Amino acid sequence: MSDAPLHGDEHEHHPFLQHHFEDMGQQHEASTLGMWMFLATEILFFGGLFLAYAVYRTTYEQAWVAGAQLQNLKLGTINTAVLISSSLTMALAVHYAQLGRRLATFYCLVGTLLLGSGFLIIKGIEYHAHFVEGLLPGPYFTWHGPMAPKVELFMTFYFSMTGLHALHMIIGAGLLVWFMWRTWRGHFGPEYFSPVEIMGLYWHFVDIVWIFLFPLLYLIGRHA
Amino acid sequence: MTSVTYHDVRLMEPAKTRNYLNVDYGFFSWLLTKDHKRIAILYMISISVMFILGGFFAMMMRLELLTPQGDLLTSDTYNRFFTLHGIIMIFFFLIPSIPAVLGNFLLPLMLGAKDLAFPRINLLSWYLYIIGAFVGLVVIITGGVDTGWTFYTPFSTQYSNTHVFGTTLGAFIVGFSSILTGLNFLVTVHRMRAPGLTWFRLPLFVWAIYATSIVQLLATPVLAITLVMLMFERVAHVGIFDPALGGDPLLYQHMFWFYSHPAVYIMILPGMGVASEVVAAFTRKKIFGYKFVAFSSLAIAFLGFLVWAHHMFVAGISVYSAMIFSFLSMFVAVPSAIKVFNWTATLYKGSVSWQTPMLYILGFIGLFTIGGVTGIFLASLGIDVHVTDTYFVVAHFHYIMVGGAVMAYFAGLHYWWPKITGRMYPEWWARLAALLVFIGFNLTFFPQFILGYVGMPRRYHAYAPEFQVLNVMSTAGASVLAVGYLLPLIYLLWSLRFGPKAGPNPWGAVGLEWATTSPPPKDNFHETPAVTWDAYDYPAFLTAMGETQHV
Repeated sequence: MSDAPLHGDEHEHHPFLQHHFEDMGQQHEASTLGMWMFLATEILFFGGLFLAYAVYRTTYEQAWVAGAQLQNLKLGTINTAVLISSSLTMALAVHYAQLGRRLATFYCLVGTLLLGSGFLIIKGIEYHAHFVEGLLPGPYFTWHGPMAPKVELFMTFYFSMTGLHALHMIIGAGLLVWFMWRTWRGHFGPEYFSPVEIMGLYWHFVDIVWIFLFPLLYLIGRHA
Repeated sequence: MTSVTYHDVRLMEPAKTRNYLNVDYGFFSWLLTKDHKRIAILYMISISVMFILGGFFAMMMRLELLTPQGDLLTSDTYNRFFTLHGIIMIFFFLIPSIPAVLGNFLLPLMLGAKDLAFPRINLLSWYLYIIGAFVGLVVIITGGVDTGWTFYTPFSTQYSNTHVFGTTLGAFIVGFSSILTGLNFLVTVHRMRAPGLTWFRLPLFVWAIYATSIVQLLATPVLAITLVMLMFERVAHVGIFDPALGGDPLLYQHMFWFYSHPAVYIMILPGMGVASEVVAAFTRKKIFGYKFVAFSSLAIAFLGFLVWAHHMFVAGISVYSAMIFSFLSMFVAVPSAIKVFNWTATLYKGSVSWQTPMLYILGFIGLFTIGGVTGIFLASLGIDVHVTDTYFVVAHFHYIMVGGAVMAYFAGLHYWWPKITGRMYPEWWARLAALLVFIGFNLTFFPQFILGYVGMPRRYHAYAPEFQVLNVMSTAGASVLAVGYLLPLIYLLWSLRFGPKAGPNPWGAVGLEWATTSPPPKDNFHETPAVTWDAYDYPAFLTAMGETQHV
């Protein structure tokens, strides 16, 4: 969905207007709509996991509560804050890109990347702790607490859901690097900022997924 | 006033003879193309290979079933063959068939656009398809898979010792090809329409493709994540769907059919779009009840999401949910019947001509109706319990998939062949092939309704001797069908070189795709067309062309 020029253009067209679009407005509308539709697909992609989670959460409520107790609430909370902050810097990057403020956009993207990477590092620390405790489902599952098989099922969902989320973060981080480069080269401005805006949509989506994952995996059954 | 516009469009023929086929040559001008028309050709070649492969497995099954004993194939081989036949025909042929070939080629032309909204994503879709197909072929060469195309757990995750992982990976990858194609089409229909081309001036093919794309976009990701869970379970031996570890195999079936029932409409809806185009063109009439046909596509797409559990009536779901799903399934018949009635009403008093596309579509209407009515039988709980997993079900879905979708694909292929290639196919041979396909199809699958009703179960390589007569008929029909499918392969290739030049509009059809040259130039139109007329305005068009309209 990037927008590098396809052909040298004979008219005074914007250099990033692809030849099959009439104008920048149409191009912007098309790419934005494309990203929204992609997010619709993503919702259903994650939705399958959420559905399966919900089914077993109902069936094995006790085990699910026990599984949530095994999570590191402190790190999870810090990570939530880190990720929400990264959404702020991302939103600011879109704002500055629209204003054509190249350096401000660039630094906001750098901030987003740093916060995103921080999230992934903290997640990695958590994963490592789980592995050491024998909570990785499958052959390495050696944890022997109460309801161990059902807790293993909980951990299966924990790793599937946070793993899929982390994969999206890694892809997002790669895109951020690319857009940092493009920002540095001065590609974006008031005429043309669709890629940054679309990147923002994606990043906020990944953020929102975490906003659902955090209570479902860390907080259930912690009240009173 | 309208007539003048038609003249204008017809006279918009460019002087240049450069078209998308001869604009540049060479291997990489095809493999790296971003032209939707060339990508359509790439898809056409790829899915034809898969169709032949899937057909081979079908033919081997029919040969095995010639005799009651399991003598040609062992039961293990037979299990692999019906599985591969299903996977190839569904994931690698039918789902991409009309959308990725005809839709890809026609959508920008019908919308008066230069290309799809995202040409590079379009090429990416094809590459994803090829990677998925390659994984599938590796699986076939290294021993195949025997779970059935449905990959039911826990057999697929715990017991089968065939290549379940590779096959599901291939289906997973090709799923993203389907998602991206759907996304591209949706954005294109929303954002790339020519000036004046309002929603209710769109050809019904576009409406059908639009509805299909919604299903592709929203259903396919659920299959993708389901297959991810299946692969995870198989590799790491976790218990998501394994009852021994606390998982629920029924959940797998729910999630699988949440995609795979709507997938039926991914396969049939585009065929309905082709039917609308062809019926209007070969009756020289406005389609009857345009808005009803348009909205019935959306209704089918929507209702398709609410009926999945009718595949699970005997799987252990509660009676109450079975009753609700049975009731909802019947609802799909309403928009489907609206379409059939509207096509029939269009035929009424039309000046019908009997060229090949029309022959296929007349076959389509009849066979789809039979498939649809037997679908109602199966939606009824009592009958479904009686015929579950019998040849009745096999016959039913082949009437929809082959009698419906494949017939429509061939209709579309013949109808738009002159536009795609600039050449006419040989009419006599094509009619013969259409006739053979119709006869062969019915001879193959009608006996299977009877077989299923009297109790022959599906998916066995041997059967009781009293079923032999009907099985011999079915195998004989399959042979006729094979000839009917091979003939177009030969004469269509022949026509590329020897077919008469088609001209921009050999059928005298309306629609923007006929307003440009055959084959179209690289950018489709030399000027962006402005649309001031409704779809299928044949009366005005015929007046403008000075033809007399037979009423």
